[in-house]
Amino acid sequence: MAGKPVLHYWNARGRMECIRWLLAAAGVEFEEKFIEVPADIEKLIKDGSLMFQQAPMVEIDGMKLVQCRAILNYIATKYNLYGKDAKERALIDMYTEGILDLTEMMLQVVISLPDQREAKISLLKEKTKNRYLPAYEKVLKSHGQDYLVGNRLTRVDIHLLEVLLYVEELDSSLLAPFPLLKALKSRISSLPNVMKFLQAGSQRNSPINAKQIEEARKIFKF
Amino acid sequence: MKQTRSKIAFTPESQESLSMTGKPVLHYLNGRGRMESIRWLLAAAGVEFEEKLFENREEFEKLIQGGTLMYGQVPMVEMDGMNLVQTRAILRYIAAKYGLYGRNLEEQAWIDMYVEGLRDLSDMIMFLPLSLPEEKEMNHDYVLHRAMTRFFPVYEKALRDNKQHYLVGNRLSWADVQLLEVILMAEECKASVLSGFPHLQDFKVRTSQIPTINRFLQPGSQRKPPLDAESLGIAKDIFKFEQGMFLKNMSTVVAEY
Repeated sequence: MAGKPVLHYWNARGRMECIRWLLAAAGVEFEEKFIEVPADIEKLIKDGSLMFQQAPMVEIDGMKLVQCRAILNYIATKYNLYGKDAKERALIDMYTEGILDLTEMMLQVVISLPDQREAKISLLKEKTKNRYLPAYEKVLKSHGQDYLVGNRLTRVDIHLLEVLLYVEELDSSLLAPFPLLKALKSRISSLPNVMKFLQAGSQRNSPINAKQIEEARKIFKF
Repeated sequence: MKQTRSKIAFTPESQESLSMTGKPVLHYLNGRGRMESIRWLLAAAGVEFEEKLFENREEFEKLIQGGTLMYGQVPMVEMDGMNLVQTRAILRYIAAKYGLYGRNLEEQAWIDMYVEGLRDLSDMIMFLPLSLPEEKEMNHDYVLHRAMTRFFPVYEKALRDNKQHYLVGNRLSWADVQLLEVILMAEECKASVLSGFPHLQDFKVRTSQIPTINRFLQPGSQRKPPLDAESLGIAKDIFKFEQGMFLKNMSTVVAEY
């Protein structure tokens, strides 16, 4: 159990960012080993460190965990951010999976070919506005509590904050009709660990720029 | 196989306990899609379930308007007083409830890694029928190549190294059930896909003989057949997805190396 978790990924948000968020919110210090050139990931594959030859990978508690959800589930369970019983876990999972679907759509926009971009952004905004944000606003309205599940902080509040910030980056007017989401965003942002993570100089990663996408496209051929 | 069942508190005033005695009700179309893994897991756990299968777009819209679908999407499973949506949320709930999710955090992590890999592969197989005609063969070859070089070796190695009949913890778990499901899906694409994987072949035979699973594999069970041209047409009409979405939207394409 000694040693900080070590995160293996590119120096980008991608599929690792939600893991960085959760560790930070849990107050867990972590290290990062960035994959910079193809040789870096080739070595990890050759060493047998990547179960499915893919990153993210997190070294934690003597294991080399891969697959985003497996990693998130482990961290959430270990640090008591996964609800108090099976029913709370079910709600947390339902809400989290929707957030991950939305995040996936955002990722698809980032890597989309230029001629598909507009259409994908349109679809993304439409789903955000009509499917996802209303669903979470409704949850908060139904119980009037400060957190999504169980009246205390769980992983899904962190996942939601993260995606709300991305929604804001996309188009801040999308949040306007959702007062409870805006309030939650404020509240969770003010939690000490979260506030620290939101500050400049933390391990939070920045939006990818066009140059990075082009370089990634060359390496990964998408 | 040992089964654990959650204890149900029978207090007359508890409305919840009344719904808990009912069987889970699965809402989907009459096909495999994303509901099939759920059918498998319930069946393997020996849990009887009912299905409300819609046949056309109108019936699906009626379900959406009923307000029980959190994101306007299926699968949805009514279970223990909840309207559960999102495939993984449903699977996790069932796995935990019926003792198929490991005995500790470490086993849970291994199960999660294994099922997530299987999900990546089964999604690819599931989307194959949506290929544009000119891409069909290429996609087919790509998926089989992935199965045989990226995914199956992992499970072959796990069984070979742990020398047990099961992937995790020396007893049946969600990972084993899903592995069998995906092996059978892959064999439908190419009958010889398991050649070169003797442990997987063994695993397939042994796991198929587990009584609850064996029952599910018999004709007349609630297991659904593979998609044919007619059922694909119905699915496209109900869900309105486009052809050619294969690979363009597959999350496994991201950061492929």
